Amino acid sequence: MMNRTVDARGLACPLPVVNAKKAAEEMTDGGVLTVLVDNAIAVQNLQRFAAHKGYEAAAEKRAEKEYAVVMTVGAAADAQPAPPQEEACAPDSRRRGMLVALTANVMGTGDEKLGRALMKAFVFALTKQDQLPETILCYNSGAYLTCEGADTLEDLRALEAEGVTVLTCGTCLDFYGLKDKLAVGGVTNMYDIVERMEAASSIVRP
Amino acid sequence: METEVRLTKLASCAGCGAKLGAGTLAQMLEGFRAHSDPRLIVGYDKSDDASVYVINEDTALIQTTDFFPPIVDDPYLYGRIAAVNALSDIYAMGGEPRLALNILCVAEGMADETVREILRGGYDAAYEAGAIITGGHTIRGAEPIYGLAVSGFAHPDRVLTNSGAKPGDALILTKPLGVGIMTTAAKADMLEGEALTRIHRQMATLNKAARDIMIRYPVNSCTDVTGFALLGHSYEMAQGSGCSIHLTVGSIPYHEEALELASMGLVPEGAYRNRAYAQAAVQVCGDIPLAMQDILYDPQTSGGLLIALPQEAAQDCLREIRAACPGAGIVGYVTKKQEHDIYLE
Repeated sequence: MMNRTVDARGLACPLPVVNAKKAAEEMTDGGVLTVLVDNAIAVQNLQRFAAHKGYEAAAEKRAEKEYAVVMTVGAAADAQPAPPQEEACAPDSRRRGMLVALTANVMGTGDEKLGRALMKAFVFALTKQDQLPETILCYNSGAYLTCEGADTLEDLRALEAEGVTVLTCGTCLDFYGLKDKLAVGGVTNMYDIVERMEAASSIVRP
Repeated sequence: METEVRLTKLASCAGCGAKLGAGTLAQMLEGFRAHSDPRLIVGYDKSDDASVYVINEDTALIQTTDFFPPIVDDPYLYGRIAAVNALSDIYAMGGEPRLALNILCVAEGMADETVREILRGGYDAAYEAGAIITGGHTIRGAEPIYGLAVSGFAHPDRVLTNSGAKPGDALILTKPLGVGIMTTAAKADMLEGEALTRIHRQMATLNKAARDIMIRYPVNSCTDVTGFALLGHSYEMAQGSGCSIHLTVGSIPYHEEALELASMGLVPEGAYRNRAYAQAAVQVCGDIPLAMQDILYDPQTSGGLLIALPQEAAQDCLREIRAACPGAGIVGYVTKKQEHDIYLE
């Protein structure tokens, strides 16, 4: 246990929170963290920060332009009661802009039955990768893969549950009469498809 | 090393977060002498985006200005965003910008090339909007400032104010919320990569496409969502229109990152000012997390248009707008005046 005081008076938003966060992270054994600030808004932001981290916090006005927010920082070993996606600011190593484009309901050119089996195997194999894609885009006959009756549904749902964004081209769903059959993920349009492809750091196409 | 000064480090507030609170301003202007003129169909009293002066039966002049300290470090992008934001008020009135004047303040430590890039961003935005920058005024000061004073035109009968919403209207918002929170986080290097690029692109996008589509629909009212946030601008629309606005929180488009950042306490000062301004008019129905409320009070630099039009037309209009602004969505609806101005559902 150690106690610390961070003097964030005179610092512009969002620095009080940033400095409090740094200090709290360094207090690996827990302790009492006191943050001094010079305005009421910084107090409210610090209270949000404390609530987010699950720290108990109390604020007091000590003088004109001097407020103290005192929070009890839990030891790092304690379970964090904060919501998931803690540290959203740190890049998630599994999803660095990889985009998978499923452009047909078969994989490769040749026998259709084989092509379907390969596609199913491809999507299954995706679920087993250490680095999951950020996005899976399904277009043209790839739209069948996200619709009722597809043997890829279960794996795509599993990927979606892992946080992968699964999107199917709306025009394609319309064209193949699948509009009411979509069973996993959302619907997208060409502008979104283009933007996502442009923003992707790698595009994988089976 | 002049070039290594980060632009946003020279600014004490970010973008539209620098705006003076709406309540403060109204108080200060109380009781001043002013001529009245029947040709001035939208003036300060309406709390609207721009003033509108009827020149003749076919033409109304729309005037506005907007400027702010750096919200991003890239000077070209800053210039562009500031200009796009200033031009937006003309689009929000349903008009087309034609002439603009630069408003520029150069701070100590800014290289000539930086200033040139800011201006180039502004000129590019104006060019894209079809407007001409005819001059301006530049001073030296403590903080960099850039923006435009813009004049535009519209047919007097087709001017869209923020006070024309009617019961039965749906509300379309053309850009997702959360950029104030996200730019605050970016100032502390707590947001980068794709999310930052995404909001930069959004803020640098003119509301021209949305305006060009909107004017082909029977729109009753329009404003742009900027410094006073979705709730502040909705409040003004509700008050001006004598209606109540119901915002359906589940359908409001926002950047996901903003929710996490807000819950960590990275909420800009402007959001608190907006809350203080509009809170009394807002009835929160159900359990809406504080971080989500922060997003609704978050000042939006160069935000989207908030368009009120009859439900029947809203879906078609939204579909067209989405082709240009994929993040657009229906955020609520308008009813006759109820107990509160705004309901969050």
